[in-house]
Amino acid sequence: MANRRLEIDGVRKRYGEVTALDGMTFDVRAGELFGFVGSNGAGKTTTMRIVLGVLAADAGEVRWAGRPVDLAVRRRIGYMPEERGLYPKMKVRDQIVYLARLHGMPAGAARRSAEAWLERLGVAARRDDEVQNLSLGNQQRVQLAAALVHDPEVLVLDEPFSGLDPVAVDVMSQVLRERSAAGVPVVFSSHQLELVERLCDRVGIVASGRMVACGTVDELRRAGTEQIVVEVPGAPTGWALDLPGITVRHTEGDRTTVDLAPGADDQDLLRRALAAGPVREFRRRRPTLAELFRSVTTVPAVAGGSAAVPPALGHVVPGAGAAGPGDVPSPAGRSGPAGLTAPAGLASSGNDVRAADEETAV
Amino acid sequence: MSTGADGGSDGDTGQLPSFPTQGGRPPDDRGAWVTGPPAAPPAAPASGLASGQASGLAAAEAAEPGGFPPLAAWVVVRLVAGRELAIRLRSKVFVITTAAFLVLLVGASVVISLLGGHESAKSVGFIAAESVLADPLEAVAGGLGVDVATREVPDEATGLREVSDGDLDVLVTAAPSGLRVTVKEELSEDLRGVLAVLARQQVLDNEISVLGGDPARVNETVAAAGLDVAELDPVPDDQDERLFLGLASAFLIYMGLMLFGPAVSQGVVEEKSSRVVELLLSTVRPWTLMAGKVLGIGLVALIQMVVIAGGGLIAALTTGALELPSSEATGTVIWSVAWYVIGFFLYALPFAAVGAMVSRQEDLGGISSPIVLALIVPWVVGVSILPGDPDNGLVEILSLVPLFSPLLMPMRIALGVAPLWQLVLSVLLALALIGLLIRITGRIYHNAVLRTGARVAFKEAVRRA
Repeated sequence: MANRRLEIDGVRKRYGEVTALDGMTFDVRAGELFGFVGSNGAGKTTTMRIVLGVLAADAGEVRWAGRPVDLAVRRRIGYMPEERGLYPKMKVRDQIVYLARLHGMPAGAARRSAEAWLERLGVAARRDDEVQNLSLGNQQRVQLAAALVHDPEVLVLDEPFSGLDPVAVDVMSQVLRERSAAGVPVVFSSHQLELVERLCDRVGIVASGRMVACGTVDELRRAGTEQIVVEVPGAPTGWALDLPGITVRHTEGDRTTVDLAPGADDQDLLRRALAAGPVREFRRRRPTLAELFRSVTTVPAVAGGSAAVPPALGHVVPGAGAAGPGDVPSPAGRSGPAGLTAPAGLASSGNDVRAADEETAV
Repeated sequence: MSTGADGGSDGDTGQLPSFPTQGGRPPDDRGAWVTGPPAAPPAAPASGLASGQASGLAAAEAAEPGGFPPLAAWVVVRLVAGRELAIRLRSKVFVITTAAFLVLLVGASVVISLLGGHESAKSVGFIAAESVLADPLEAVAGGLGVDVATREVPDEATGLREVSDGDLDVLVTAAPSGLRVTVKEELSEDLRGVLAVLARQQVLDNEISVLGGDPARVNETVAAAGLDVAELDPVPDDQDERLFLGLASAFLIYMGLMLFGPAVSQGVVEEKSSRVVELLLSTVRPWTLMAGKVLGIGLVALIQMVVIAGGGLIAALTTGALELPSSEATGTVIWSVAWYVIGFFLYALPFAAVGAMVSRQEDLGGISSPIVLALIVPWVVGVSILPGDPDNGLVEILSLVPLFSPLLMPMRIALGVAPLWQLVLSVLLALALIGLLIRITGRIYHNAVLRTGARVAFKEAVRRA
């Protein structure tokens, strides 16, 4: 069981002058839900396509259970491509049965499994409809059925949650959890970071074709810069500006959020706050995955790549000192939690996190 | 991330107890966690799901990938071909085109048999006084191969009325200079010849009798004298029918290739544009997918051809539209079907390759035009030269060349001008090219089928991977 890992080991891929993957390395263990995040063009889709063999790597290896992945292994992988792919004019059930059989399932088992999954995913009523007549969300469910129908040993899903309504997201989450509970390593990419945070055992953040941060959500957040939120009604603007090791991230109303450099003294900050006015709130917080994601993916990759992972996280906010009380808050409720901004000037690149992923079009 | 959800985990990094601090987790923990989330009550696992878990665990213990027996390549090819067959045989296009061709051929046979072959006998009337002419007339007409039926009419007036009513074709009466012939509109050439001979014979018989001879003996002697014709370059019997058969075969092959060749490239592009090809190629090899598609569509094409050609042949032979010996007609049709199959592979493989090189149906027209042209040229050459000149030297040479042979050879076979050695040579050459095409187009398909966006350059597609 311990050996049942999907290992992506030093995979490289170039398209002419463009380096799509630059030594991508990570592993997904049996029974683990692995979230694969990164901005558009970071190399997520390329990695997945290489795992599935629809793209050849220039270097590196993909292994399953210690052995290089070959066609026989790929037949046991459930795959949901980024570009949804089904025959538009084929009936839903016929299509799923056909795909199950291409994965080596005997006819009877394929039919039973197709029925069961269509039922489970709530599209059984459409089994005799052509796929092109289904709504996008239902097509997505059928696509998931296609990935699951042959009872795969590994699940590789590219953006499985995009375009799903909340109910479908719940169903999808539940299915993924179930599969991982059954010992299946599940790796999926997503731009819905709160979902990844909630769902995944481990998360890998990709930038410029490398894994720049990889670990449990807790590990990643702990490695991020510690922050303190202080609420001091009536404090003069800039009350916390010149403390050593403290960088004001932004101010919203009476509430100020500061980055705390390692070793900086938060008690200094508290004293300064008390001097500025009555302190209503003083709490530590860790950056959310979304914030980590932004800080990591908007910074040019550091030489050394994935080796430089967690320590780099705390210091990847260049120019943060320039951020002042006048900072514009990020659009609330989108990808950033209330009251936190991306580094000045980089906010825009963080804002299109959920835009359609166009990475690595060949 | 919703602000509400975030507020909960904001203050305390430890608020996500469900996330383990270490990457790995013992299965027991995981089980507990999985049932924990309050999202939605877990749906009752479907039977497939339950068995799936069981087999997944079993496979885990075996540490062997694959819960199913390994899939042989030919099984994949069969599955892919089976899908094409199932989808296409049920499609409206197939049913309609097959029915239309069948109706066309059967209809043509019926029309030909009504118009041609069976001209009804000409009715020739005599008044009682001249009825002695009836037997000589039938004898002369039989000698000249003209079908006549003689009968007596009561008198000349009745005979004239019947002619003008169209009940009688010809009324023959005696005249001082020989015979007087009455027709409604005009006297047909063959009947004119028959009657002219009859008139002269009457006069001769009289003269012979006058001279004291025996007209019957003279006639016998005359009838025995015939022509001994030496044909240096004989035209086979039933040349028109052979030509018709040849043209019909070539036309069906041409139409079939024009229909099903592009169907292959459209099928390939459909898989590319719908992106399903990525899903397929994550589990099957490119060549098996291509082979399955070509074979599947080829089988559909063959089924259609057999139905059409078989139906047409039966209709033509039973209605008598074709008076060729049925063995010869059947031989031609079987050869045509064989050439159809050969031609299909010759054209379908390049069609599959160009399909792989583009990503949208709209781009298909341009890139497949050379193949379409290669299909049109032999057809045009064949139908414009062969009917007038079956032994044309250029056509003879071209019919040996692969890509030209599938259309030209059936025509030459039907016309009876293709010697056996040419048949064998043309088939061998075609098969050799098919072998070469399998390698080249397979490589193009492999290199290009997963590349979306701009059209893949030929040079790039054909290079060794």
